[in-house]
Amino acid sequence: MNSAKQVLLDPIFNKNPIGLQILGICSALAVTSKLETVLVMSLAVIFVVAFSNLFVSLIRQQVPGSIRIIVEMTIIATLVIIVDQFLKAYAFSVSKQLSVFVGLIITNCIVLGRAEAFAMKNAPGLSFLDGIGNGLGYSIVLIIVAFFRELLGAGKLLGFTLLPTTSSGGWYLPNGLMLLPPSAFFIIGLLIWALRSWKTDQVEKDN
Amino acid sequence: MVEHYLSLLIKSIFIENMALAFFLGMCTFLAVSRKVDTAIGLGIAVIVVQTITVPANNLIYQYLLKEGALAWLGLNDTNLTFIGLICYIGVIAAIVQILEMVLDRYFPALYNALGIFLPLITVNCAILGGSLFMVERDYNFAESIVFGFGSGTGWALALVALAGIREKMKYSDIPAGLRGLGITFMIAGLMAMAFMAFSGIQL
Repeated sequence: MNSAKQVLLDPIFNKNPIGLQILGICSALAVTSKLETVLVMSLAVIFVVAFSNLFVSLIRQQVPGSIRIIVEMTIIATLVIIVDQFLKAYAFSVSKQLSVFVGLIITNCIVLGRAEAFAMKNAPGLSFLDGIGNGLGYSIVLIIVAFFRELLGAGKLLGFTLLPTTSSGGWYLPNGLMLLPPSAFFIIGLLIWALRSWKTDQVEKDN
Repeated sequence: MVEHYLSLLIKSIFIENMALAFFLGMCTFLAVSRKVDTAIGLGIAVIVVQTITVPANNLIYQYLLKEGALAWLGLNDTNLTFIGLICYIGVIAAIVQILEMVLDRYFPALYNALGIFLPLITVNCAILGGSLFMVERDYNFAESIVFGFGSGTGWALALVALAGIREKMKYSDIPAGLRGLGITFMIAGLMAMAFMAFSGIQL
């Protein structure tokens, strides 16, 4: 069971897909100005990665190597369509805010990357856990970024006011930069710095 | 009429830059921006693929998927937009594959220069994002050509600019933990701020 635990927990800090492998950043940044959208996005990604890993792993013996990418894409696209339709039915306002970014989970490199690198070589159970682990690793970065952006940018968390802003009679002067796209870059940059100062073996070598 | 397209072009290149305003194609954006030469190669490939796929997906959307689009078959209220995603990614994968074969046959020099980047473009979010924005904003065919070209160019521009800065970074003394990916994020953030200066420009 040790290896299963490792497979599940490694991607969160030791091999974080965003922090170390530069995967899945594309959709990660644009949705992070609010915590609510991020939570929905994270659940969607965890669902897609876990199940795409499971299904790819199930059919890994049957698929010829030359067409595997397109088979993987089809599986992923199908899962993403399910998520997209589900969100439109049950969480329409969030789905509107996420706009094209739900669809872009298809090209989220984490999903295809894990299908290629892990699910093609491992048993279904382990692959499923690997998917959940990577989904969590992705989510944790997103949640941290969104936490700071929403708190410092609007003084709110999940829509509840924590720091009353000056415009509504409080004391907190919101940092407008945090609501703008560039702030996500800075926060992730700082996050990677913090992570690598803690786990020094992740520091990149000079090339 | 011309102003409308010109405005759309400027908007898609600078104001709504795919890489710096929507964070699309970030994975390749950060991974392939070490050298200016490779960045230019990938940039050109993205422009070409984007200019072809966005109009192609526009046709598919207009004549096959949109609500009532199958009227020419006598199916008046069929709405196939829900399978859109799978169609777009299929079209993109197919066009990239065809482009690869055509280049291999007729322009081997360009094919060798692009090398690994062509297949990678299939999973570049900027390409799929372009098609999805086209659908969301309901562009017509001519607009989609302009938008495809403009968004591809904007992405390529950002990529080459970032690669240029990163080449110069070799001479600077960066704290160990920030080296590589960390500092690249910071640079991209500063570039995104610089590009925000374009917002509000209206032609």
